[in-house]
Amino acid sequence: MPRIPLTWLGEHVELPAGTTAETLAADLVRVGLEEETIHPAQVTGPLVVGEVLSRIPEPQKNGKTINWCQVDVGPEHNVDGSRGIVCGAQNFDVGDRVVVALPGAVLPGPFPIASRKTYGHLSDGMICSARELGLGEDHDGIIVLSRIGIDAAPGTDARELLGLGEEVLEINVTPDRGYCFSLRGVAREYGHATGAVFTDPGLVAVEELPTQGGFPVELRDEAPIHGVPGADRFVARIVRGVAADRPSPTWMQRRLTEAGMRPISLAVDVTNYVMLDLGQPLHAYDLAALDGPIVVRRAAAGETLTTLDGQERTLDAEDLLITDRARVLGLAGVMGGQDSEVSGSTSDLLIEGAHFDPVSVARTARRHKLSSEAAKRFERGVDPQLAPVAVARAVALLVEHGGGTADPVVTDVNHVAPAPVLQLPLALPGRLIGLELDAATVTGLLRRIGCTVGEIAGTGAQATVSVTVPSWRPDLTEPVDLVEEVARLHGYDLIPSIVPTAPAGAGLTTDQLRRRAVSGVLADRGWVETLSYPFVGTAQLDALGVPADDTRRTLLRLANPLSEEQPYLRTSLLVTLLDTARRNVARGSSAIDGWAVFEVGTVTLPTPGSPAAPVPALGVRPAPEVLDALNAAVPHQPRRVAGVAVGWREPGVRVADASDAVEAVQDVARVLGVDLTLIADTDRAPFHPGRCVRVQTADGAVAGWAGELHPKVAGALSLPGRPVAFELDLDVLLAAAPTAPVVAEEVSTFPAAKEDVALVVDAGVPAADVLAAVRAGADASPAGAVLESARLFDVYSGEQVGEGRRSLAFALRLRAADRTLTAEETAGVRDAVVAEAGKRFGATLRG
Amino acid sequence: MSETPLSPLDAAGVDSAVDDALAAVAAAADLDALKAVRTAHTGERSPLALANRAIGSLEPADKASAGKTLGQARGRVNQAIAARQSALEAERDARILVAETVDLTAPVDRRPAGARHPLSALQERIADVFVAMGWEIAEGPEVEAEWFNFDALNFGPDHPARQMQDTFFVQGVGEQQEDPHLVLRTHTSPVQARSLLERGVPVYVACPGRVFRTDELDATHTPVFHQVEGLAIDRGLTMAHLKGTLDHFARAIFGPEARTRLRPSFFPFTEPSAEMDLWFPQKKGGPGWIEWGGCGMVHPNVLRAAGIDPDEYSGFAFGMGIERTLMFRNSIADMHDMVEGDVRFSTQFQAVI
Repeated sequence: MPRIPLTWLGEHVELPAGTTAETLAADLVRVGLEEETIHPAQVTGPLVVGEVLSRIPEPQKNGKTINWCQVDVGPEHNVDGSRGIVCGAQNFDVGDRVVVALPGAVLPGPFPIASRKTYGHLSDGMICSARELGLGEDHDGIIVLSRIGIDAAPGTDARELLGLGEEVLEINVTPDRGYCFSLRGVAREYGHATGAVFTDPGLVAVEELPTQGGFPVELRDEAPIHGVPGADRFVARIVRGVAADRPSPTWMQRRLTEAGMRPISLAVDVTNYVMLDLGQPLHAYDLAALDGPIVVRRAAAGETLTTLDGQERTLDAEDLLITDRARVLGLAGVMGGQDSEVSGSTSDLLIEGAHFDPVSVARTARRHKLSSEAAKRFERGVDPQLAPVAVARAVALLVEHGGGTADPVVTDVNHVAPAPVLQLPLALPGRLIGLELDAATVTGLLRRIGCTVGEIAGTGAQATVSVTVPSWRPDLTEPVDLVEEVARLHGYDLIPSIVPTAPAGAGLTTDQLRRRAVSGVLADRGWVETLSYPFVGTAQLDALGVPADDTRRTLLRLANPLSEEQPYLRTSLLVTLLDTARRNVARGSSAIDGWAVFEVGTVTLPTPGSPAAPVPALGVRPAPEVLDALNAAVPHQPRRVAGVAVGWREPGVRVADASDAVEAVQDVARVLGVDLTLIADTDRAPFHPGRCVRVQTADGAVAGWAGELHPKVAGALSLPGRPVAFELDLDVLLAAAPTAPVVAEEVSTFPAAKEDVALVVDAGVPAADVLAAVRAGADASPAGAVLESARLFDVYSGEQVGEGRRSLAFALRLRAADRTLTAEETAGVRDAVVAEAGKRFGATLRG
Repeated sequence: MSETPLSPLDAAGVDSAVDDALAAVAAAADLDALKAVRTAHTGERSPLALANRAIGSLEPADKASAGKTLGQARGRVNQAIAARQSALEAERDARILVAETVDLTAPVDRRPAGARHPLSALQERIADVFVAMGWEIAEGPEVEAEWFNFDALNFGPDHPARQMQDTFFVQGVGEQQEDPHLVLRTHTSPVQARSLLERGVPVYVACPGRVFRTDELDATHTPVFHQVEGLAIDRGLTMAHLKGTLDHFARAIFGPEARTRLRPSFFPFTEPSAEMDLWFPQKKGGPGWIEWGGCGMVHPNVLRAAGIDPDEYSGFAFGMGIERTLMFRNSIADMHDMVEGDVRFSTQFQAVI
């Protein structure tokens, strides 16, 4: 993101004295340019101008000659009139003014300066080269200030002089504001934020030159994307006899460095400098390497290009290219090719300033994973009227600092469409912003951002005005875009705060309340809610013993997972919840403590062969069948609840067993008002074959499973003891939940009768089935439906009931709504219960 | 009994008997002793009872005064016994209750304590704030059609913001080759589009939910996180209503001194758009502004994608991260704790959040 050196910004807009990176950030944020970071000064501590008073060359044994110098660093810093400094460079002499880093200074690196003994002297500082100060690559010699046009007295603060003490603000530019990728754009916004006077360097007059006889350029596009030509402007100018490889001036190097770019050579630095300043990416070609004319066109399949970064790239037919007769010169707006690069031997340059389609550039940059400074700007939108100004500016800088001559002609292929004219209803800004804004305010603010505002048509609420948007604002395409400009320039702070009155609502839906109740009851019952990521790998299913043909292995895969180990979305909550359990064990929350975790979350159950989702057009309601197709393409994602319990359930008294998982299922069913059936399931991973139940709703839909984990699974996951678990499909349970309110039964005030019945059945008969028989039998007794509750209170197996049999003892509480039950009636219930259990399971009454 | 029976007319004798009885009552050390005193001094064979019985054989003229003397005498004795009885019973009860003392300072941990995860609890709390304003709570799928996540929200296929979302793209099932045009939703905003299509207007909905971005987990980022989205479309809604809603929400979650500030920003699905800062009185190092979320007036193209006329209806949308909200509100320094499922983290939040 762009960095904003203050002194540079100050060239385009009036900055009040005392402006710091921090105050600049505070001003810019009000118009929507957010601070990304503030880069601290490159040099801290004492860095001053020094005058060399004496210089004694001292040849050394290693062949080098060092200079022992006395330097006047000003009265404030001198010790006995000067400081003694050892310097290895030779490009200076007595009387030269140089830059001295005194002890306590910290140079980029960071490289702290201290007094040190070297070559037999106490060197009390350092005379600096450009590179040591982070001003460029020039390490050949130290900076002699007079040679870079600076005149300052010894002792002057050189940090300020060279801009090295400057903090630099880096801003975050939203994708709609491409023009803020330049000092020009940021200066404009600073003017909007503060009212400071802004002089637009992008609107300066350019010398009128003949276009006949310029370097021939042809813009071609047989396959425009979305009907937009790949290039609609191409300005080119030749500069001959330039010392292109010479270092650029120090001030330019300093600014480039502050802006985060590395100075390289005059030709490269000038193009970068103008790009940073105005926002127009430029390219410099070695004219000698061009075999004109330049043709801008789409790539042909199979073409290749070695870009400036040394990578050979195979081009796509959609890539827009700059070519000449012989070869591909570059990816338009993204990166140039190596062959036409400016080199040490270059003396004649062709400077290109063009305008390319943002979409085309963005696609090419993405396709080749090439995010260049040029691409960053083009894909966000560059001012199509800027190219002639930027090229003229670059040419002038090259001539000034590189000593060349510009050809007196310019190439300007201009197919730029006229700026769009928007019809803005004058009532719209007020209608959306919530402030009374009169026509003069609205049009005044639009003029400030550079719009041309026409005559007002119509009157009152119907009044509209035609607004021509400025060339640097391609983001303004609809009237509502102008509303944002009005709002932000007027000030978001002025918008009042009014709570809107929504129509009366119905509160949470029943399903939402029920889901809350499920989480609530589990938390009340000692389960701790946790959350896990939904990403899984097949190894996790293997660890759970999920068979190869299990539907849980029909997994939706991500194209770009964070980890290739876990590229799928879970089909079962237990897969990731057991990972949570394992992490808790690994962290020492062992079975000794005992805990139970639960999670509520979605799983993804894709259907193989589902058609892809359609992608209908923007800004239009899709047809009903398209909406249906959209919804059909989204995989089924039911919400589940799962739990895992490990170790003590009642500390010191009882460890968790499978009944705790069953209890959780019952708790969930109870708060949902759902009747569930539990059926022993001997074949369901990851459960113990003898300690697992399948949970079904009254209509037979499978809602989940509960039980003890298979010992192998517990072992594979390093879970201690006998962990237990459950997983329920909340969507299935909610579908089975009653839709009508509970119908209350009258509470009988007649006395209750109690009967205990112990039934002996085969050991394999499930208790739930016997209980069902007890209920059915009781209800069928002559007394009618008088069974208030039936509770299994004892299970016995042993000699008294015989091998392979067990006794299940039920406590029955009987009560009639309208009378006191007689002894005959209660005995009748008992007989009916025994008879029904006898009929179903051959049960006998335990003697 | 060898002694001469007490005469009902012997006032001094009666007084003496009463004094004897009162002395014996006072001397009774426990309830058993008092029971013996009662028998001896008020029982059938006690002097006062015998004297009372003897009244019957007196001259009629003497009966009244004798009756009065003995009635008062017996009354005094019975009263004394009753008083002593209750004093002794109170002593006994106090003794028993002291003996039954149990130390109730011992913590009770018969069943391990459960807890909600604070992210879930906070989402419910947030939902309640909006429900109280008359809004409803909407939901949508996490694996979402690209169209809902982007296009319906005015992110064109080449929109730069679409590239900035760090999206998880879905490849498909098994060996599927065709792009299914599905993503893990990068924000809760697709619920805006779904709500508009399914509910029509006017609509006031909030949507808390899980979203995904391809960020690696670190102290401040997580690839799976939660947002709450708000959407209100009606006739006459303005940015002032957006600001009012945000201020109300901020106060409900962060206390009466909280408020919000809007800064211009950009989102494809809102215009004008804003970043929202929260004035957070409890901020570490002193009260200050913190970034809380994004918001704006719903873009006409989003309304059009749901078949709603932007000339008639307008409205606003906003979204903020729930993890971020929780981190500020409950001083959570590291994202890891919120996502790793350590029971020690969740169990800190057993109280109402």
